[in-house]
Amino acid sequence: MTKALYHSSAVLGKPLTVWDLAALLLVLTALFALGWGATEMATPYSLGDPIHITLSPLELPAYAIRTITRMLIAMVCSLLFTFVFATWAAKSREAERIIIPFIDIMQSVPVLGVLSIIVVGCIKLFPGSLLGPELAAIIAIFTAQVWNMALSFYQSLKTVPNELHELGDMLHLSPMQRFWRVEVPFAFPSLIWNIMISMSASWFFVVASEAISVNNQNISLPGIGSYIALAIDEANVLACVYAILAMLFVILIYDQLLFRPMISWSARFRAEEDDTESQSWFLNILQRARIIRKLAAVTRRFFLNLIPLFSRFSMPALSINQKFSAKYSHTAIMLWRTFYYGFLAYWAIYAARYVMESLNYAEVAHVLWLASITFIKVLILILLCSVIWVPIGVKIGLSPRARKWAQPACQFLAAFPANLFFPLFVIAILKFHLSVNVFTSPLMILGTQWYILFNVIAGARQIPHELLLACDNFGVTSWLRWKKFLLPAIFPYYVTGALTAAGGCWNASIIADIVQWGDVKLTAVGLGGYIAEYTATGDFPRIALGIGVMCLFVNLLTHFVWAPLYKMAGTRFKLDDVND
Amino acid sequence: MINPAIIQTVKLSKTYKGQGGKELLALDNIDFTIQENELVALVGRSGSGKSTLLRMIAGLISPSRGEVFYRGQAVHAPQKGVSMVFQSFALLPWLTVLQNVELGLEAQHVKKHERRLRALAAIDMIGLDGFESAYPKELSGGMRQRVGIARALVVNPDLLLMDEPFSALDVLTAESVRNDLMALWNKGRIQTKAILLVTHNIAEAALMADRIVIVSPNPGHFRAILHANIPRPRSLHDPRVQKLIDDVYTLMTTSEVAVSPHEPEKAEEKLTLFYRIPEAGVNELTGLLDALANPELSGQCDLPKLADYLSFDIGELFPLTEGLKILHFALVSQGDIELSLAGKAFIQADILSRKQIFRRQLITHIPLAAHIYQLLSETDGHRLSEGIILGHLKEHLAEDEAESVLTVLIDWARYAELFAYDYDAGVLSLENP
Repeated sequence: MTKALYHSSAVLGKPLTVWDLAALLLVLTALFALGWGATEMATPYSLGDPIHITLSPLELPAYAIRTITRMLIAMVCSLLFTFVFATWAAKSREAERIIIPFIDIMQSVPVLGVLSIIVVGCIKLFPGSLLGPELAAIIAIFTAQVWNMALSFYQSLKTVPNELHELGDMLHLSPMQRFWRVEVPFAFPSLIWNIMISMSASWFFVVASEAISVNNQNISLPGIGSYIALAIDEANVLACVYAILAMLFVILIYDQLLFRPMISWSARFRAEEDDTESQSWFLNILQRARIIRKLAAVTRRFFLNLIPLFSRFSMPALSINQKFSAKYSHTAIMLWRTFYYGFLAYWAIYAARYVMESLNYAEVAHVLWLASITFIKVLILILLCSVIWVPIGVKIGLSPRARKWAQPACQFLAAFPANLFFPLFVIAILKFHLSVNVFTSPLMILGTQWYILFNVIAGARQIPHELLLACDNFGVTSWLRWKKFLLPAIFPYYVTGALTAAGGCWNASIIADIVQWGDVKLTAVGLGGYIAEYTATGDFPRIALGIGVMCLFVNLLTHFVWAPLYKMAGTRFKLDDVND
Repeated sequence: MINPAIIQTVKLSKTYKGQGGKELLALDNIDFTIQENELVALVGRSGSGKSTLLRMIAGLISPSRGEVFYRGQAVHAPQKGVSMVFQSFALLPWLTVLQNVELGLEAQHVKKHERRLRALAAIDMIGLDGFESAYPKELSGGMRQRVGIARALVVNPDLLLMDEPFSALDVLTAESVRNDLMALWNKGRIQTKAILLVTHNIAEAALMADRIVIVSPNPGHFRAILHANIPRPRSLHDPRVQKLIDDVYTLMTTSEVAVSPHEPEKAEEKLTLFYRIPEAGVNELTGLLDALANPELSGQCDLPKLADYLSFDIGELFPLTEGLKILHFALVSQGDIELSLAGKAFIQADILSRKQIFRRQLITHIPLAAHIYQLLSETDGHRLSEGIILGHLKEHLAEDEAESVLTVLIDWARYAELFAYDYDAGVLSLENP
């Protein structure tokens, strides 16, 4: 009697339902669009060729598809990187010692700064084809997406409960089975969340990386980013508005067709029932459509059949955590480490010498001075945003009705590429004769301020209701309430948000320090402007110096400011220790 | 051959590296066999190494010395034919009940159709039918552990290992799951030839086991082996079961050096500086003292009765009785506990005098407390980093044990106002805020 339950998907002979048609239509459209976007990439091109971009709004859908295609290709690469390297780091101590610090450093490298270097390399790799610049754009997007995904996956793998490892041993799961059936599902919810964050963050870069100038050559890949760059160049307000509308639409589609379904679906991978389970209409269609269910079953079976096939190949790095490094003798490890650190030292010296050959100490001092200015700007911006968003975030987080719409709204705003709004600021600055140094600064945090807001909301929503009642009961109100209760309670979440926002600020300064509108070019003092200026002229020693100093600042801040705050947040300000 | 051994361990030892490379012995020279048609229970207080022994038999961790043999073969990795039920269930939340049960068969490349039939049979057997398509998070604790048991049984194991399988369940649920499993075992409805059970619940061991092995700590060794030739199904009201429970408690609370079990023990052995102080908070200790003073018990009690009265298993009870014992608030021996003079004085006292009595007992009887107090008195500023104390402890105790000892001692010292502790700075001091 129970068996009938499990073969319900076999009744395929029945007529198609509306759900089937709707689902099929949506999926086929998406596949077709992506296919077209991909084939357009390989058209012939050599540096200097003009790429024709028009401001006609009719072209915008096509541009949008090309932009999305780049983004998805980069995401696939990010996932591959995550699965390979994060897994490797989690399974082997030696690999961990190299991969994790590498990711840490790479996280602080300003993507937009290295873009010009990447473009030059890629054009050499694919001479005479548009594939070169396309590849460069994809790499830029990839570097904006991949690191936090990899780190989250690595951390998840490291925290798989020991009993699940033991279970895998006792059931004699093959390394592949263990990976796909135990470890990946365990890491899934946090991976999905990070994919979403990565996607949001990378809209900013996809727009910025489509239209760049290298060695005084302008390259504009067809896409929304190039469209808006041209609109700015021609000071065309209407076109800017079109671009913003198109982008709104694209992100809305993305959110509804990709993220909502994924998040809603990933709830099944959580160990406990979750009250935040979000519904997704698109997922409902997919799940109701019998044809999709059948399709999913077939793909699933295909992959599950692949598992035993794969497991024939031995994967030593994937098998058992510690035994791997134990196989090598102590001296081999020492040798390897010496080689590794020696290589690092050599590289650092080489880079420093390369920079110093063409530059003098005055230049270095100047760059440090610029970095300090940018640092102060970031600091002030974070403080300002905190003053604005923390009270609002707490209010929203404490009100169940407000947070229902506010959280998705924040995620949406975070995804929206703030660079599309830059022209509006420039117009305002010109019109009202505002100070360039002061009023271009907000551009840096325009896109990342939402991280503060939505983390604060998330923090406020987990404050236990009884604590609120207790504070009411003892008459803890106004400033005392904030100082002794609300602010400490959201502190761990606030730190995460502020850290993300600050990191984003440094990166954004590269395109926010120099803004254009038609023939007018506004330049603010700061490290970002320095890097952007020399990127356009292709002055590599100066680019390297600028990026190096930016990395240095971001790393110092991470180690001496954020890490201690994080630690404090994790011990003193954790709510669940006492109130469980 | 009659009753061939399923598991045989030969001079099995496990050591851990302490700080400074010193070797800490967790299990010492265990020679042990499990025969066919036997259900063996390992009981012992926390830290006695019984879980380590179970995992070495499972092939999950490798012994430092000695060897485990499964049906004559040396064990170096988990064996087919041995399966395990976990304390925290270890179910995969993203798989349904049926998929969870099928997972082990899938790993053995059992064909899909057969896999499903066997999984459904195991699910039916353990009373889970109707729940096949449920996710674990939809189930109650008892149902979750039934999935764990079905998953272990579906591969038709020769030997079933159970690591405190019922300790995460409430009393009633534990009883119902246990009864269902025992019914299967008694009627021979499962192909399993032997079961090895690790438990904190002595009544559970007495109800289930053919043999009860008492494991004592420092280092882990077999204190005694009791045979239970009591027909099944057993009941707690059976005097033979009661006698067995009493015997286990008596053995677990009687010093091994005592010449005869009927003679009172000689002067208590003095604690060392690095004695593994049990995890017993001040509140629980005073609570137990008050409970013992209850007119019903009048200051002394049979431990099995006390465990029953408080509905504690030994994992919860023994740290407390040991805490009272080393603080000399009570005498614990022969399965009985009795208040000492200090204990009686403590109960009579008011809050402030209680602290004074506690402080006196702490300084007199716990060498580590006295040592830290002396160090603090002698140093300038009367401050000391906890790292120094922890470092010393870790040379003699495993890392988590050292931390637990210091945490408990700080709790005691704060109550006794012997010394203070600053959490943020990690500093012990004589300051009084």
